Amino acid sequence: MREKLEAIRQNAEAELSKITSAEQIENFRVAVLGKKGELTSILKTMGKLSAEERPVIGQLANDVRTFIEDKITEKTNEIKEKETQREIDSMPIFDISAPSDLSRGSYHPITLVQRECERIFKSMGFTVEDYSEVVTDYECFESLNIPKHHPARDMQDTYYLENGQLLKSQTSAAQNAIYKKYKDALINDGVPIKAIFPGRCFRNEATDACHENTFFQMEGVMVDKNISISNLIYFMKTMLSEVFRKDIKVRLRPGFFPFVEPGFELDISCLICGGEGCPSCKHSGWLELCPCGMIHPEVLKAGGIDPEEYTGFAFGLGLTRLAMMKYGVKDIRDLNSGSLKSLSQFTDDE
Amino acid sequence: MFLSMNWIADFVDLTGLDRLDLIHRFSLSTAEVENEILMKGSDLSGVVVAEIKSVEPHPESRKLHLLKVDAGGGTLTDVVCGAPNVRVGMKTAFAKVGARLGEITIAPRPLAGYVSNGMCCSEREIGISDDHSGIMDITDDIPNGTDIKDVYAIDDIVFEVDNKSLTNRPDLWGHYGIAREFAALAGRPLKPIPAADLSAYDSLPKVDMKIEDPLCQRYSCLQVENISVSVSPVNMRIRLFYCGMRAINLLADLTNYLMLEMGQPMHAFDSRKVEKIRIKRFQKPFVFQTLDGVNRNIDENTLMICNGDSPVAIAGIMGGLDSEIVGDTTTLTLESATFDAVSIRKSTVRLAHRTDASMRYEKCLDPEMTVPAIARFVQLLTSIDKGAKVVSSLTDEYAFRYNKVTLDFDKPFVDRYTGIEIGNETIVKTLESLGFEVSLNGDSFKVTVPSWRATKDVTIKADIIEEITRIYGYDNFDVHTSLAPLYPVRPYEEKTVEDKIKDILVKRYSLHELHSYIWVYYDEYKSLGIEIPENIKLVNATNPNIETIRRSIVPTQLVQVRSNVGFAPDFGVFEIGRTVNGVKDDGLCDEHKKLCVTLYSKTKSIETLYFNLSEILCVIASDIKHRDLSFKSVEPVYNYEHPRNLNEIYCNGELLGKMGIVFPSVTKKIDKKANIVFAEIDIPAFASVERAPIVYDEPSKFPGIDIDISFVSDIFAPIGEAIKAAKCSLIKNVQVIDTYSDETGKSITTRLTFSHPEKTLTRDEVMDVVNGIIENLRKSGIELKQ
Repeated sequence: MREKLEAIRQNAEAELSKITSAEQIENFRVAVLGKKGELTSILKTMGKLSAEERPVIGQLANDVRTFIEDKITEKTNEIKEKETQREIDSMPIFDISAPSDLSRGSYHPITLVQRECERIFKSMGFTVEDYSEVVTDYECFESLNIPKHHPARDMQDTYYLENGQLLKSQTSAAQNAIYKKYKDALINDGVPIKAIFPGRCFRNEATDACHENTFFQMEGVMVDKNISISNLIYFMKTMLSEVFRKDIKVRLRPGFFPFVEPGFELDISCLICGGEGCPSCKHSGWLELCPCGMIHPEVLKAGGIDPEEYTGFAFGLGLTRLAMMKYGVKDIRDLNSGSLKSLSQFTDDE
Repeated sequence: MFLSMNWIADFVDLTGLDRLDLIHRFSLSTAEVENEILMKGSDLSGVVVAEIKSVEPHPESRKLHLLKVDAGGGTLTDVVCGAPNVRVGMKTAFAKVGARLGEITIAPRPLAGYVSNGMCCSEREIGISDDHSGIMDITDDIPNGTDIKDVYAIDDIVFEVDNKSLTNRPDLWGHYGIAREFAALAGRPLKPIPAADLSAYDSLPKVDMKIEDPLCQRYSCLQVENISVSVSPVNMRIRLFYCGMRAINLLADLTNYLMLEMGQPMHAFDSRKVEKIRIKRFQKPFVFQTLDGVNRNIDENTLMICNGDSPVAIAGIMGGLDSEIVGDTTTLTLESATFDAVSIRKSTVRLAHRTDASMRYEKCLDPEMTVPAIARFVQLLTSIDKGAKVVSSLTDEYAFRYNKVTLDFDKPFVDRYTGIEIGNETIVKTLESLGFEVSLNGDSFKVTVPSWRATKDVTIKADIIEEITRIYGYDNFDVHTSLAPLYPVRPYEEKTVEDKIKDILVKRYSLHELHSYIWVYYDEYKSLGIEIPENIKLVNATNPNIETIRRSIVPTQLVQVRSNVGFAPDFGVFEIGRTVNGVKDDGLCDEHKKLCVTLYSKTKSIETLYFNLSEILCVIASDIKHRDLSFKSVEPVYNYEHPRNLNEIYCNGELLGKMGIVFPSVTKKIDKKANIVFAEIDIPAFASVERAPIVYDEPSKFPGIDIDISFVSDIFAPIGEAIKAAKCSLIKNVQVIDTYSDETGKSITTRLTFSHPEKTLTRDEVMDVVNGIIENLRKSGIELKQ
């Protein structure tokens, strides 16, 4: 009996050393320790032993069982570790250097620039307005102090429609409606009018790399009791510094626009050279950016606002031009081309 | 317009001032100066007046001559010269050895065997005209060896101002007006223009002249005879040339000179041809030949200068060929007039002919200028040609005067407008320097606008602000923010909706935003076989291809999709743009702002693509408005719409637009192997849908139960309605998990998820509800799938 147990122990050790899988272990465990296993069958014959021998052999049998169980655990762990290692080893090394698939949607660059401007103006308390593209002669000209036969109507070749309406040639066409919308709050409650209105404009002209018949502008107005030229310069400088994300210098020159008086051309220090002079500013150090001015008293009047009591400023930013400057678009026609090769590149706000 | 600093300096003393700096200030205070400022004469040195003492033919060349030239200093210089006009005794411009002419430095140079020690120059070579026909012929009596720059005003600073920036300033169309600006900027007085005393001729007979038309505001004229000088003085010719005009002859040059100096266009007629000046229009159109030899069609709106009844000039635009001054003209009639600006402008547009004169008249010239211009003309003429004789008295008809403008304002008005402190004294001084009459009483100003600013330019108080501030200098402004009170900014629903839609389409569905034009692309539609819908048109489109305004963005996008085939096997584009649905009852265009989405795919089945699109729309509605969409089948309106699966889209009862499949033949023209679907929804309609509130539903702690039921039905809608009709609050989710089609028809398997807030539901507890739904559907003929 003792010899048999010893043989089982030695045999088990030898068997286990050959085992390589969890399945084999289980088979081995059943074969040795299972109900019909080798060791179990021997223990069943324990009854035949003498009373003296029984505890001794019993002890020995238990030792053998413990020994085998420990060996099995040991072997199991060993196999698990091997399997984990195998799993690790089977994982290939990926080529992270390969370019990713970046196909995704895109915004029109005008949307991106417009959102940027809207964000800045909203942060300064301006409302964002919208306006139709087909407008009346009154909205686009009469209400802006541009009477019939005024040369300013020649300056912009306007698309007229069969019913006498026209495609707005400037975002200023929304001014009158904006004044009427907010004048009661201004007059009755003292709420200043602060609004921007981005929109599509149309000019009846031949297109080339620098000219489009359909383009975007953004108009801005501010009206209150004491709005001054000094305020105008301040706001333009502050806003444009935000738009271009750097401290820029502005300068005003007299400019003639019928809906403002005084009217200005606003120049900003060249974005490329900072004012030193370079080819992109034709060595002047300045870029002509936008017309602006103090709203003409007749324009305020047409909007139902008393110019003796209120003053205001207005400006017009060329959103299309801003987008071209910002992204380095050289041909303005790319923007309305509908070409995904061009336009799918503008994937996000900054 | 080119401007000469020398000319300006005739009228304001610029001694000791930096002229370039003044030009810069002019640019910032008056009108933009073009970048390139020309330093005339700066590249010219060593050129002297010299006399040709002898001329010998060159033995080797027929063209060249050997000259001995006296360039001062007592010795004669040997020069080889190729000019055809050399002659003994002629004085010319001579570039000595070492002289600089632009890039060239003169050195002794052998010419066909003879050394030339200098060069006789043409006017072009020394940069004072474009005449290169021969060497300069100096007729003035100048000692040999005198530096040419000491006798002629070759050194000058010339700058250019874009005409466009002068449109509102009739006074700036001549040097005198510009000089007034410089005087104000420099704080120096403006000198008067030299003038002849015309009253000296009062006893002479008048010219027979009569204004017969209200389009002529003022007509002044004078007759002069016995003019013998034909070539203008060199300095006058230099100025004309520097300012972009060509010297012609003394009379033509003088009228041009006056125009450039005072801004007043003038015209000289041959008095023999113009004995009875009448200014009028003609009832009937006719053809008139202008002095450039062109026949022009004159209509009943064009004002004409006539000799009795025969026209001799188009008023304010150009003279006629017949009355032009010719070689044997002995007496000329000088015209200096003011015409209606709008009429001149319209005539130039009709005639498609703009002249230096008409450009000025369009700006509403100062009518007070006609007589001083004649006085200046006579002064210049008689100083150049001593024999010239005035033979009529000044004949002047001033049909109607300009409106005198006086403006009252006070210091607080200026303060409010400028936002800075500008003293009363500065205000008075600035305005007076610009020719305004100012009286100040306490803080109250009374200002009379000078005639040259009163015709249209300065009419209101705000204009005075501009005068004060521009001379003060915007660079000198103390800038500060406004003290206007702050109020919250209300978001604008439509704008918010647009932004969200764009984000969903770009970020979630990887679509591309495009822009397009508001009109139909006629040729492109035609090539896709898309009918052009009848709609309002542009009346002045230069291109018939873009005449009709679009009713929908869908065809626009189909054109765009076609141009992008090849970009990727699958892509989607969208735009929020405008369309016009004809004209409303009030006569105004029925404009709409719409979102249009088009999906193109070479890889997906039409059904998959179609459901991609409906999912996009449903997500937009659910994300922005927390609402479902419903669809209703409709008949096609346009020939690019497939008659099947064309659906109207509704949200909370509001019709938003429609979605559908592109008509097969149109699709094939875009891409034979692709599927294309589109949707267009009205942005304001969608924005107007009330956003459903988010109501918090506390998740049950108890497990729910899923019941799957299959019905035989082609569409889900009645099943969905029956579920809704059960009004069971325990139903938390409804989902179509499978559709199956076989010979018995189509079946739809729907999963209902039930859950109870306070207990675990058993199947039996929900079966009542389920059976109710089944029963309801059975009544409308929809059976359970067996």
